[in-house]
Amino acid sequence: MRGKRLFIATFLIPPLLLYGIFVVSPYAQAFQIAGTNWSGLSPDYEFVGLDNFRRLAGDGYFWNALRHNALMLVLLPVATILLGLFFASMISVGGRSDRVGVHGVRGAGFYRVVYFFPQVLSVAIVGVLWKEMYAPHTGMVNGILRAIGLDGLAVAWLGDPRFSFWCVMAVLVWMNVGFYVVLFSAAMQSIPRDLYEAALLDGASRLTTLVRITVPLVWDTIQVAWVYLAILAIDGFAVVQIITDGGPSSSSDVVGLRLYKTAFADGQFGYASAIGVAMFFLTLTVAAMFLRVTRRDRVEL
Amino acid sequence: MAVLTRTHRESPPEQRSPAPPRRVPVLSHAFLIGWALLTTLPLLWAVLSSFKSDEEILTDPWSLPSRLRWENWGRAWNEAHIGRYFLNSVIVVTGALALTMLLGAMAAYVLARYRFRGRRIVYLAFVGGMMFPVFLALVPLFFVVRNLGLLGTLPGLTLVYAAYSLPFTVFFLTAFFRTLPTSVAEAAMVDGCGHYRLFFAVMLPMARPGLVSVGIFNFLFQWNQYVLPLVLMQGEGAERKWVLAQGLTALAVNEGYRGDFSGLFAGMTIAMLPVIAAYLLFHRQVQSGLAAGQLR
Repeated sequence: MRGKRLFIATFLIPPLLLYGIFVVSPYAQAFQIAGTNWSGLSPDYEFVGLDNFRRLAGDGYFWNALRHNALMLVLLPVATILLGLFFASMISVGGRSDRVGVHGVRGAGFYRVVYFFPQVLSVAIVGVLWKEMYAPHTGMVNGILRAIGLDGLAVAWLGDPRFSFWCVMAVLVWMNVGFYVVLFSAAMQSIPRDLYEAALLDGASRLTTLVRITVPLVWDTIQVAWVYLAILAIDGFAVVQIITDGGPSSSSDVVGLRLYKTAFADGQFGYASAIGVAMFFLTLTVAAMFLRVTRRDRVEL
Repeated sequence: MAVLTRTHRESPPEQRSPAPPRRVPVLSHAFLIGWALLTTLPLLWAVLSSFKSDEEILTDPWSLPSRLRWENWGRAWNEAHIGRYFLNSVIVVTGALALTMLLGAMAAYVLARYRFRGRRIVYLAFVGGMMFPVFLALVPLFFVVRNLGLLGTLPGLTLVYAAYSLPFTVFFLTAFFRTLPTSVAEAAMVDGCGHYRLFFAVMLPMARPGLVSVGIFNFLFQWNQYVLPLVLMQGEGAERKWVLAQGLTALAVNEGYRGDFSGLFAGMTIAMLPVIAAYLLFHRQVQSGLAAGQLR
């Protein structure tokens, strides 16, 4: 059995090495660095215990950023999942029904392909594109508003603290809906059509079938979607950094951007790591909470 | 909501939309087309703007380009180095994807089909990585990569991409290898096939559907990376090694200062089109692969 042992070792050691060096060790070090006042300028630092976390608790910028993440955490999954379910159910079962059964709409494939476009573009492209879309004079958002005579609504979207956060939020929803349409409609493919036919024969409306049949039967997928979107909402870094860089006057700041700036602009590596640790516990709590809240009896077919 | 009609027409079950339906669900189509426009118009706008002159862009966002100004594209490709950044992205993602798939499949295969001490711990160590936000690692990762002398280098970024793709890859492929039948493996062993040949000649080809699914997922993850290159491609001379994501955002800032909007749109279009084209070619695999990957 010597050959087998050697085989296991040669197959496990390279991936474990790579993973250990670049993933496990940074994660482990992050907790340790979070307990120091390391400024990165010198290799010297002291252990300051929980000082960074105390400072975090009184840091208005951190709380402001966290508030934005919390808003995203609620709104991004809700908006994305609702839109995703709405479009997916129209695509999968929104077409006519006849004796053959309930159909998807014509062009279902086309919609699925097109909706997915933002997902294949890298987040940098999406960010730059929308930054230009929102541009006050040259952007298409104001272009459309002016074209339909709503010149009064054409404002400097990203320059106004009242709107910047919502502009970013809209982009996040825009770029993610397509993925969940594909995901949900894949899940809906496996629902037997006769369930819908029976319900429709009984006089159920389209909305009722969506709420009573579709949603319970794709609940597992919704749950997965929820967790993924929550993780996305806790991040939000790339889109925010590219489109508004957190501004104007921190009106669209997020925790990830705080961390990045604290570390790589201010050189406060200890404090930045503390923000990272806070983010980790936040992610963990949110994931656990969502799984708990969304737990339901699985509907077996 | 859609208007329902139950038509009483005899038609064989397999026949697809034989005649126009009595009532087309107009409203569902209106919504669906609305969102389709919302997703495509910004992209079309960027492509059109890439052919305009700056003056045309500044005067009216709606106007069509008076002629196709390919020179914008040339400027973005050469002077703004979009071509180089694109190449860097391709190099890093190709390398990282190959490495991820090879190492991930190796680890997953052993974890799925061999019993040995510590197996569970190794598996949990890999899979546990999915729970941690990348942001937690950013600061130490920067120093790990710098201490290895890999900061601002393409091999460094490649290794990091691969490492951060391993958790999901191992998780997904372990489940996948478990589902493969044991009889084939046993038959091959009886025929004198060694462990290594069994893996490369029998198991890997059998695992193709799983590899494709997870490969597409990893490709999107790595191609879409933003924060990792931002942190790791710093330092002197690093801008020659930038990947597309970084190059494009830098371009957005620079061209904004210079007022070269057409150059920016051209750069964006160059970055966008190949991916959209590849997606249109492989959209079936992408969609089914992602759905399978997400649903576990």
